[in-house]
Amino acid sequence: MSEAILSIDDLTIDLPAGADRPHAVENVSFDLNKGEILCVVGESGSGKSMTANALMGLLPDGVTVGKGRAMFDGVDVLTLSEVRKQAMRGARIGMIFQEPMTALNPLMRIGDQIAEVFAAHDLYSKAERRARALALVKEVGLPDPDKIIRAYPFQLSGGQRQRAMIAMALALEPEILIADEPTTALDVTTQAQILRLIIALRDDRGMAVMFITHDFGVVAEIADRVIVMRYGQIVESGMAQQVLEAPQHGYTRALLDAIPTGRVPELNAIDAAPALEIRHLNKVYRTGGGPFRAAREVKAVNDVSLTIAKGEVVGLVGESGSGKSTLGRAVVRLVTPDSGQVLVGGVDMAALDASELRKQRHRVQMVFQDPYASLNPRHRILRSLSDGPIAKGVPKEQARKRALELLEIVGLGADAATRFPHEFSGGQRQRIGIARALAMDPELIIADEAVSALDVSIQAQVLELLAELRRKMGLSILFITHDLRVAAQVCDRIAVMQHGRLVEVGAVRDVFHAPKEAYTKELLAAVPGAGWTSDKEDITA
Amino acid sequence: MTFWKRFATNRGAVIGLIILIAVIIIAVLAPVIYPGGPWKMVQRPFLVPFTTEGLPLGTDTLGRNVAAGLVHGARVSLLVGLVSTVMALLIGVPLGALAGFYGGYVDEGAMRFTEFFQTIPNFALAIVLVAILQPTLGSITLAIAIVSWPPVARLVRAEVMSLKRREFVEAAHLAGLSNTRILVSEVLPNAVSPIIVMASLMVATAILLESSLSFLGLGDPNIMSWGYMIGAARTVIRSAWWLSFFPGVAILITVLALNLIGEGLNDAFNPHLKKGRT
Repeated sequence: MSEAILSIDDLTIDLPAGADRPHAVENVSFDLNKGEILCVVGESGSGKSMTANALMGLLPDGVTVGKGRAMFDGVDVLTLSEVRKQAMRGARIGMIFQEPMTALNPLMRIGDQIAEVFAAHDLYSKAERRARALALVKEVGLPDPDKIIRAYPFQLSGGQRQRAMIAMALALEPEILIADEPTTALDVTTQAQILRLIIALRDDRGMAVMFITHDFGVVAEIADRVIVMRYGQIVESGMAQQVLEAPQHGYTRALLDAIPTGRVPELNAIDAAPALEIRHLNKVYRTGGGPFRAAREVKAVNDVSLTIAKGEVVGLVGESGSGKSTLGRAVVRLVTPDSGQVLVGGVDMAALDASELRKQRHRVQMVFQDPYASLNPRHRILRSLSDGPIAKGVPKEQARKRALELLEIVGLGADAATRFPHEFSGGQRQRIGIARALAMDPELIIADEAVSALDVSIQAQVLELLAELRRKMGLSILFITHDLRVAAQVCDRIAVMQHGRLVEVGAVRDVFHAPKEAYTKELLAAVPGAGWTSDKEDITA
Repeated sequence: MTFWKRFATNRGAVIGLIILIAVIIIAVLAPVIYPGGPWKMVQRPFLVPFTTEGLPLGTDTLGRNVAAGLVHGARVSLLVGLVSTVMALLIGVPLGALAGFYGGYVDEGAMRFTEFFQTIPNFALAIVLVAILQPTLGSITLAIAIVSWPPVARLVRAEVMSLKRREFVEAAHLAGLSNTRILVSEVLPNAVSPIIVMASLMVATAILLESSLSFLGLGDPNIMSWGYMIGAARTVIRSAWWLSFFPGVAILITVLALNLIGEGLNDAFNPHLKKGRT
């Protein structure tokens, strides 16, 4: 064991009066050792980010450090003056954030932003700063360093921006790097690259990394040591392997169990009759263009054909920009495709005119991604659930009765009907969203990233609910997700999408165990913690 | 926290509300307080304030009671402010909502129409309208409404454009609701808060506009208003300062009260924007 570079002792962070609990973080003590990667894991509201912000002196207004010390190089960083904190930030403790787009200045070239770090600490001459910025850009593996330092943030992809952020954080060779969910907003393949980069940098520079995440897959990938937090307290800590394989605390076990494991489900008996048939669907987005310039064309959906049988769950998997959402929205006709057919129960949804479409809408319903935006904040739940059926022609009383039944079915209870959306948590709202889709008695449900905004334990409950509903009601579902582990858990077949094309379609077992296409293999390899889950669940059997 | 509690944390807004309620009460009770009306000559002209019993604010150039003028003028100011704002909302909200919701040619058409009004200076247009229509209470109110609706249309359009992309609106489309129904019952209710805030500020601007018109002699000649009082007294401003001072203070206080209320409403509707201020 090497020596502790940062040791936090009995840290308590107070929340302002009127918050849902008195302390964001309570009596937290841990050490960060030189050259190790320490993962702090927890669900939203567990206080993991607050701890990091306290170390950097970046607590929001009204939130204060109640007691405790954080000793770094012989001084307590929590009691430093603002001036000395400023000198310490960047120089000795670097930090990277979740959303690289908002963390970078959109009006400043990448090279200048890195050079500014040196300028802020009054180091080096102008030319030297530039040279060092270039070296850093090379070190974090950005392609074309000479071009990149002259590029603006919007010209880079998400992964490249995160690399640029890391370059800034590393500029002054800090002894500690704090990474707050740095890969959460990224695609799996990009995430895998960034994780590899962080490990490589740690090995080269021997710095300590405090890595905050909610994803045990990521933990399995990079952690040396793990701290599990809940409601502001440490519930378990230990070496990564020990925590992952023999968790001591009930909460850690619950979190680990809740992770979609990639365990391949039993094949369900499937009706031959199709619920959805997509034939040669195309959708092209055109942007810009004018009399003298050709428009930029993006083939979001490129000649896609896909069939979903009655009672079948098909997972549509792909990275951002692969066109999976556009395909889902074309099926419900929120996007009108350029050509091709979408047959639902024999009706071509793509060819209906506006008034005909309104009558046929009930055939396909959608469960949306964001539980906070998908319910009208000014309508009571009962109204959200019954407006659609009433418009369809169901008598008012019957629609209301059905709405109450559905609320029972999704596990909320009929008394939820008279309340407003803001009275519910994210998971509960997603249940309401599912009830709303079911209220229309659809032949097909499109679930567009329906669980990606939820914490793992809530995610597991909602997936459980979907599986149960599917058993009871024989639902046909097109399940759109970027998360292969989730897809493996609920789907019968998986369709992999890349650049608007379906590259591979097959039974979950086949796609996972014997992927045919290179891209599918790449995706599977990039899933964080792939090796670990395979040990645990024997996925390669 | 409830809406009223949030509103009450802004002390300025509460003061503004109290002032506004006081002005409204005075306006409503004007015929009771001064049953003779504002035009009656009650004493000799140019009586200095606080010198004669029964005439606390003195008399004007024709011996009329300044206090009676103020009290009756409050009725006109508030009435014109309120009615013209309601009219402006009736034009601006539907136009902006249609433009934002349907987009495309509807949006283009509505916005070019709006810009046509925005390119002409407000006050100049109001003067022209009143001059053409003859100065009556009705035509003044109409003129003010016509010059003040474009910002409403712009605001509502922007709100609707962002709301119509929200997932609950898409869900309503999927439920098979008609476009009109989605616009009226799903989108517009969620755009109400900024509209209310803007309306409270528009009442203040309308009062100022009415006063300015009256000051220029374009007010309804049969109706006593604050602007008219200042306009009539401007020739004697050096010898009888109180004739323009008190109506001026009345306008200032009322407009200030409305602005304070508008800010309070804004804070109460958007509590998350107020962070860091206690």
